[in-house]
Amino acid sequence: MSYIVEIKNIGMNYQSPNGEIPAIADISMNISKGEFICIVGPSGCGKSTLLSIIAGLVKPSCGNIVINGGRSGECLQQVGYMLQKDFLFEWSTILENVMLGLDIKKALTPENREYVYKLLDTYGLSEFKDKYPSQLSGGMRQRAAMIRTLALRPEILLLDEAFSALDYQTRLAVTEDIYYIIKKENKTAIMVTHDIAESISMADRIFVLTGRPSSIRSEHNILLSCNDVRTPFNSREAPEFRHYFNLIWKELDVHV
Amino acid sequence: MFKHKQETNLSSERLEYLKSKKRRKVSVLVTQIVILVVFFAQWEILARLNIVDSFITSQPSRIVNTIINLYREGQLFHHIGITCWETVVGFVAGTVLGTLIAVVLWWSEFLSKVLEPYLVILNSLPKIALGPIFIVWFGAGTTSIIIIALAISIVVSILEVLNGFMATDEEQIKLVKTFGASRFQVFTKVVFPANLPVIINSLKVNVGLSWVGVIVGEFLVSKSGLGYLIVYGGQVFKLDLVMASVIILCIAAGIMYQAVVLLQKVLIKKHI
Repeated sequence: MSYIVEIKNIGMNYQSPNGEIPAIADISMNISKGEFICIVGPSGCGKSTLLSIIAGLVKPSCGNIVINGGRSGECLQQVGYMLQKDFLFEWSTILENVMLGLDIKKALTPENREYVYKLLDTYGLSEFKDKYPSQLSGGMRQRAAMIRTLALRPEILLLDEAFSALDYQTRLAVTEDIYYIIKKENKTAIMVTHDIAESISMADRIFVLTGRPSSIRSEHNILLSCNDVRTPFNSREAPEFRHYFNLIWKELDVHV
Repeated sequence: MFKHKQETNLSSERLEYLKSKKRRKVSVLVTQIVILVVFFAQWEILARLNIVDSFITSQPSRIVNTIINLYREGQLFHHIGITCWETVVGFVAGTVLGTLIAVVLWWSEFLSKVLEPYLVILNSLPKIALGPIFIVWFGAGTTSIIIIALAISIVVSILEVLNGFMATDEEQIKLVKTFGASRFQVFTKVVFPANLPVIINSLKVNVGLSWVGVIVGEFLVSKSGLGYLIVYGGQVFKLDLVMASVIILCIAAGIMYQAVVLLQKVLIKKHI
């Protein structure tokens, strides 16, 4: 079986005037198409660095990454990145914002435009396309950010604490929303989070990282017996949820 | 979503609120006008009663006469026109050139590190000290005056705009980089639009600086313009001319500032 993402012995050191900071010791993982992967770890363990490496924004010190058979960096369009906040440009309309990636890639073909209009329509934003971000609610902004990412039709979505800027209620609703979109579009997702409950509610597989310099401490296949279709909300009701939560909590070994 | 609801049926509380707001606005305006009227009235009265020496303080009625005479001689708009022209060219050039240089310095970190101490020194140097040099180099005329105005505003503009560029949200830059943006695209898509308010703001600051440069320039060159009228009036003890010029200057500067504020509203209306 071939994997869509193969991470092979990645290591990363940051250079700073005060010395060398080892961020990632050795991480390898294989991810299949359509999987939802969560990476949890203590804060500052290099989770976000790992995503930046997968996205090709940062060169690793050693190791390599194969995405769909090609090297990362050469295939940025295969990877869509969702940052901690939506970062919609306040000076542009929603339509201009969601077209940003296509605009930068100079790929504003009628066909791609049509695809974005369809996404806006599907996810209930078409009547807001001429509004400015400040006129939208937090959830709608997050959806617009998602469409901006999807516009380039990435195979893989990277979510870097993508919901951490939202308040708790909005966060639950947006999680539900984004999970639905990812599954409907049949994308592979790699999400970094420090929220254990959120990771169990969404992930097919969870990797727990050690503190810096990080490596993989453990890997869990999340198998939940949901009554209905699995959604983040239903997952939280599943009897196994608590079990996974306790397991991962212990592994993170948090000391205050 | 956050639009105000159409206010059709207003509660009495709301009406009371709106009324008191309006009342406040009117009373502020009235007080402002009263201050102005009282100021000029007491000036005129004190001068007429010979309590102050109008040879030294001038007086409003004589100022008005002076302005009318200047107008009759065809001098008034000649001098106002020249001064305003020099000022506008000064602050527009200061902002545009300052922004362009800031772009270059943002682009090349090396260059900005190299030039940093020079910019700091130029910023603390009183640029007016360079006035005589400019007059020797560019002749006693409009060119020198504009260059003095430019010299005063350009360094501040560079520092201000460059600071804005540098302070652009790193995460927003990361966002466009995830789409594979080049450095040029990072600039045009994020850094420039995010800093448009900073640039307009420096334009506003430069209006004031440019006036200083132009008036000082006209003092030095002494050929025409409101600065020339002031310095000439002072030398021949025609305080009427000095005061008239100062008042015209006040009005012109006020109008120009409002024009820039208006421009700001037009350019940044998208910012909501």
